[in-house]
Amino acid sequence: MKNFTKGFLKENPVFVLLLGMCPTLGVTSSAINGMGMGLATTFVLVMANFVVSLVKSGIPDKVRIPSFIVIIATFVTIVQLTMQAYLPSLYESLGLFIPLIVVNCIVLGRAEAFASKNTVWSSIVDGLGMGLGFTFALTLLGAVREFLGSGKVFGLTIYPEHYGSLIFVLAPGAFIALGYLIAIINKLKKA
Amino acid sequence: MMAKRESNFINMLVTLFAVTFIASASLGLVNEFTRDAIKNANAKAQEKAIASVLPNFDKLGKSLKILPKDGPDSLELFPAYDARGNEVGTAVKTYTNKGFSGHFTVMVGFKPDGTISGYEVLQHQETPGLGSKMGQWFRNKDKPKQDIIGKNPGKVNFHVSKDGGDIDAITAATISSRAFLDAVRRAYNTWKNESDATIGSTTKKDDQTKGGNS
Repeated sequence: MKNFTKGFLKENPVFVLLLGMCPTLGVTSSAINGMGMGLATTFVLVMANFVVSLVKSGIPDKVRIPSFIVIIATFVTIVQLTMQAYLPSLYESLGLFIPLIVVNCIVLGRAEAFASKNTVWSSIVDGLGMGLGFTFALTLLGAVREFLGSGKVFGLTIYPEHYGSLIFVLAPGAFIALGYLIAIINKLKKA
Repeated sequence: MMAKRESNFINMLVTLFAVTFIASASLGLVNEFTRDAIKNANAKAQEKAIASVLPNFDKLGKSLKILPKDGPDSLELFPAYDARGNEVGTAVKTYTNKGFSGHFTVMVGFKPDGTISGYEVLQHQETPGLGSKMGQWFRNKDKPKQDIIGKNPGKVNFHVSKDGGDIDAITAATISSRAFLDAVRRAYNTWKNESDATIGSTTKKDDQTKGGNS
């Protein structure tokens, strides 16, 4: 249970570990993009953690990293093909960031730091917790940016668009929103 | 728990071979399963785009790919006909590489006289909230300066007004607007060249269809 919940607050990959910043800043221009990216990453995390912990004793140390990368890349490609086939619109809006999950530090980081040392079951739980924590962070950041930038959350208009400040939809707004969210999370953690 | 395997040459070789072999085998399998679905999804999206940019038509002619004079990749033209075989318009799948995030593709429909009957942005990575507005911006009936529907790129200057043209750019997204008009102009020029070149053969084609019907 602790392996599962730590991903949300105590070791949240985005807000606390500050891993995977590239997709975090890149795709969170809307809540739905953030959530799609988060769920895709969660799937890859769970599956990669599962397989890595399963085969960990069969893999010699020196070729550990290349093997992990191949395993991760396989699952990413599976996600990419499946999404392209059944969720073409989401696939289009996430675009380049799907193949980039391969080099997302969270996935390799968890494979290396957790799955290669722990049992299969706790690795799956860890992957799920971390993945959902990542999804939670991306969705929150996407919702905040979408709300401040265009007055919508998940595409539902809350206030007219022209009152929004465009900067939050653009890259600088991602940094600003992320900074404030990290500050709030830090405050919550200490309280 | 098994002891960790030693990092000797044979072990490493065998492990990497096994890992890559299993990975490629499973990817091949997934590809088998999704290939048709991806093809269908793409074809469906394309059909929907063609239908939305053209006036009502009964059947699509054979599409043709043409390399434009002013671009590195070919455009795809989809001529559409009514039940009697008269051309009602042509949908042109066009592109630009000048977008704020580079490449994007647009489907533009032309009536036989060259006026634009509709357009649809297919794939783009333009900034959400700015360049991404191009899907609606250029079809606003209330704002004739930014509306391109019903205009003929051969008669109206299809550049943004900042560059001396007749079309108003999207607020705060001039680059995306320029790129969009670049794509439309490329579509028009290619379509125009093609239809000018085939005027002679169209009459012939009409004869053939008539002959086929009788």
